[in-house]
Amino acid sequence: MLTAQWLYGITGCLIVALGLRTALLHALLLQRVIGINIMGAGVFLMLIAVAYRGPGVAPDPVPQALVLTGIVVAVSATALALALARRLTAEQNND
Amino acid sequence: MNTTAVLVFDILLVLSLLSLAAAALTTRDAHRSIILFMAFGLVLALAWGRLMAPDVALAEAAIGAGLSGALLLAAVREQPRQTLTAETKAVHGGNDAGLKVILQSVVILLCVGLAATLSWALAHAFDSAPNNALAQAVQENLATSGVSNPVTAVLLNFRAYDTLLELAVLLTAVLGIFALGPARPGYRSAGPVFDSLAHWLVPVLILTAGYLLWVGAHAPGGAFQAGAILAAAGVVLRLSGQRTVGLPQKRVLHIVIAAGVGMFLLVGLSLLVLGRPFLGYPPAWAGGLILLIETAAMLAIAATLLLAFLGGRPQSQRLHGTLQPVTPTLRSGQDAGTITESRNSSEEKRPC
Amino acid sequence: MIDIVSSLLIVSGLGFYLAGSIGLLRLPDLYSRLHALTKADNLGLGLLTAGLTLHAQDLFIAIKLALIWLAVLAASAASAHLIAQHARRRETRT
Repeated sequence: MLTAQWLYGITGCLIVALGLRTALLHALLLQRVIGINIMGAGVFLMLIAVAYRGPGVAPDPVPQALVLTGIVVAVSATALALALARRLTAEQNND
Repeated sequence: MNTTAVLVFDILLVLSLLSLAAAALTTRDAHRSIILFMAFGLVLALAWGRLMAPDVALAEAAIGAGLSGALLLAAVREQPRQTLTAETKAVHGGNDAGLKVILQSVVILLCVGLAATLSWALAHAFDSAPNNALAQAVQENLATSGVSNPVTAVLLNFRAYDTLLELAVLLTAVLGIFALGPARPGYRSAGPVFDSLAHWLVPVLILTAGYLLWVGAHAPGGAFQAGAILAAAGVVLRLSGQRTVGLPQKRVLHIVIAAGVGMFLLVGLSLLVLGRPFLGYPPAWAGGLILLIETAAMLAIAATLLLAFLGGRPQSQRLHGTLQPVTPTLRSGQDAGTITESRNSSEEKRPC
Repeated sequence: MIDIVSSLLIVSGLGFYLAGSIGLLRLPDLYSRLHALTKADNLGLGLLTAGLTLHAQDLFIAIKLALIWLAVLAASAASAHLIAQHARRRETRT
């Protein structure tokens, strides 16, 4: 309802769409991983926009805690994906 | 606060976010997209600060921009500079150009539909009055939660079960990374300039991590940000050519990695035995228990992120390896303690 | 009065940032780009923090801002050195 909420929320939706397009279509694996990370960032933008309550009012802490959890989970998933990719290329080179 | 100035600032920030994301996702060079992704993460941290989410801003700057970028850069280090050449395009494109165009347009329609659906859901959520029930519940129970930072209270007291599961996700990721191979080859010393930077930077980082852990109870901060900064200290040590990068050796390392989930379970089960609900802290002890859990979680998060940067099982041997480039030969069931594996998988000729 | 001085400092800091970015885009060589970017950005950050220090509520915040500037100075100098060293080694190798 606040202008900032609208602005950042719609930005979050657009960023999710951009990330999904790259995650599905790009040829390089690394860019697909980056695309998934950016999708996550878009979702976080939407959550924090929902949590914002205005300049003088305390924001809602529950979505902020969700986003904090999400950031850590996203980086650990990225790390696992990169380790999988490394092992995959090692196996392909060994054939 | 001049609302027009704030609106202009918001629009500029949103435009930079969109353009950085688009640039990072459509560029053909892997290195360039990683750098743009790090820039995107930093501008996103600005956005979190503007939306009054300082805890999230700290975590995004440390983990989302810093450590994710370092992970990605370490991952592309072994590959030659990858661009979309004609060969890769032919390999991935196949020879059916019509099918490819159809597939691309279907995916783009899907993405546009997703954006539209999300915007509609957002508009629907904003049309109704903001739901303050949870925020009010947090505010009312904050005094008995043991901390005065509401985000920390939600993370470690009211929704402690979710944080336990999150630490379990971290543990699973590091177990997967352990199982997939030995660590990446190390770096050689980069010269006196970087060494002198590391000399004072690493103690300051460790101190800052301890400070963030302590201050998370009453100000923005907490275990996740502190763990990320500790991991950053380890990354700096790794980049300056250190072998052990501050990680403990085999048995102790396993204990440290499992410490996050372990401490949670220990506290929760002890409370169960004492007759309280699982992870239901008594208000008199809540502050101390939260600090205890946060300390263990900080160490576990730091070890996990540092191991993610290393890329695999660390070596506990101190032998210098040979200099010829070898692909690591993986033997199932062996850990990094044997000499053969350390000779095979230790540092290859480092690129200049 | 403080507002005017602080705004002047911040705007001049932004001018230095702009100059550094233009140098990044327009200069021909990696080394000259590094040189322009590092020097201009550090000075711009110094002016920015000086402008913000005038608005600080107490001494501790001012000291923290100065420490931030010093830390960024050291880190950007070290990373510029590393980038130039890497480029130099790659040049002399080929």
